[in-house]
Amino acid sequence: MAEVSEIILKIEGLNKVYSAAKGPGVKALDGVDLDIRKGEIFALLGPNGAGKTTLIGAVCGLVRPTDGTITAFGHDLARSWRSARARIGLVPQELSTDMFETVERAVSYSRGLFGHPPDKARIGEILKSLSLYEKRSSQIRELSGGMKRRVLIAKALAHEPELLFLDEPTAGVDVELRKEMWEQIGALRDRGTTIILTTHYIEEAELMADRVGIIRGGRILMVDDKEAIMQRLGTTEAVIQLTSPLKALPETIAAFPVALSEDGMELCYRGGDGSGSGSEEVAALTKALIAFGIDYRGIDVHDSSLEDIFVDLVNEEEAA
Amino acid sequence: MSFNLRGAWSIYQRELMRAMRTAFQSILSPVLTTSLYFIVFGTVIGARMEPVDGVPYGAFIIPGLLMLTLLGETTSNSSFGIYMPRFTGTIYELLSAPVGVAETLIGFVGAAATKGLILATIILGTATFFVDYQIAHPVFAVGYIMLVAASFSLFGFILGIWADSFEKLGIIPILILTPLTFLGGTFYSIDELPQPWDMIALANPIAFLVSGLRWTFYGTSDVSIWLSLGLTLGFLAFCTAVIAFIFKTGWRLRE
Repeated sequence: MAEVSEIILKIEGLNKVYSAAKGPGVKALDGVDLDIRKGEIFALLGPNGAGKTTLIGAVCGLVRPTDGTITAFGHDLARSWRSARARIGLVPQELSTDMFETVERAVSYSRGLFGHPPDKARIGEILKSLSLYEKRSSQIRELSGGMKRRVLIAKALAHEPELLFLDEPTAGVDVELRKEMWEQIGALRDRGTTIILTTHYIEEAELMADRVGIIRGGRILMVDDKEAIMQRLGTTEAVIQLTSPLKALPETIAAFPVALSEDGMELCYRGGDGSGSGSEEVAALTKALIAFGIDYRGIDVHDSSLEDIFVDLVNEEEAA
Repeated sequence: MSFNLRGAWSIYQRELMRAMRTAFQSILSPVLTTSLYFIVFGTVIGARMEPVDGVPYGAFIIPGLLMLTLLGETTSNSSFGIYMPRFTGTIYELLSAPVGVAETLIGFVGAAATKGLILATIILGTATFFVDYQIAHPVFAVGYIMLVAASFSLFGFILGIWADSFEKLGIIPILILTPLTFLGGTFYSIDELPQPWDMIALANPIAFLVSGLRWTFYGTSDVSIWLSLGLTLGFLAFCTAVIAFIFKTGWRLRE
């Protein structure tokens, strides 16, 4: 993790202002700088309308950036877009496929469109890995929603891209299928594909991502390793319910980051850094309580999740 | 990568396959319509008509009827070909693929032109059941049909990008192309029109197309074949330039 990995995608000073037709000068992207490392899963987190899809669109050729540069695999996208795009795959958010096409033909078409020679065996492998092989001769309109989404993934993988964008891959997908999708994304990473996914399910980012970027109002608020974000901004909260009220905190206990509730019945701990040190400290705290003969009848411990961090961050931004 | 030939070929193949899937609509219905014209105007009414420029009436109307179908079908085929992906959202794939304006046009327009040629062959084959005719300049005829098919595929492509509703998509072929073709000398020679209608008729660009195609068939025409050819080539160049501009600016394609 410590080694500096190769930068596969570099975005610098990217702006996108939508013209008056979409509202007067809506700034969808506002000075976005972002580096994506080879082989990582990068989760772009943000509320609806934050600019996630616009950012993906700018890299994939669906959106014309107002200014800024995008470099993919060392190619400037404004000039060598053919070479760059040939190595990038996109799974869009909307389930838009040619409904009357068969699965196999749709995927083969994608392969050809991206400049690769036909390869029935390879297409077969891709379909098998997505549990679509049995449906290869079915028309796409006959498939369920989850299968349609997998067809879109198969289409994006047909040209064996090194960089894959997944725009809300699990939006509107049931829990079972979502887990399956996560496994498939993990398998792709294991094969060396770099993955950028957008999501507003924070659980998803927490589970899948190596690094997380938080975007809001077209601006990247923070980019870091998931663990680092958790460590930096993570906290542990513990509420210890006492059997009898305390008037004041003994000195040794007051050394912990604790506060006593007004009625003296609850000790509230807030500390740690998301690396697990919080719960260790809570354990030490309880031992100290016992040593002082302070009895308690219950403990609630809660580690802040990425979700809490995200909500805090977005709220702070809103307040600012 | 400087040119993605496989990409162009994939689009071409897929567009042709789409036509096969809707063969009933894209091949059979124009053939049926044209056959009805041949029956009514060619054999029934045509039997009572004087020959035009020495060509029996039934045979005289073949180039015009062919043009009528060719213009309508290539335009609508090509416009649907690009409008539908825009409408359903599947265009994301084309826009994110390593294909530019050249590959896209070769794919979409090549396929629409091929369909036009297949259609023309079938219509001319069908015509032999109703009327006797011979083609004076077959090589010119094939070349001219391909040229017209390609030009109007390009035109349809522009239409498909311009249209933001099904209504707009249908309005140009119905309100402009069909009337202009009808009035463009499909059923009569413009020379036979009284003044000033003959001059007015020549303000209709499609009259030049019909006249050009008729020359390749029978060696007679209202205007010089070179004028027709020049006009068609000019139209082809104009449409190509418009599409190149659309791709350059991303108009109605890229946000």
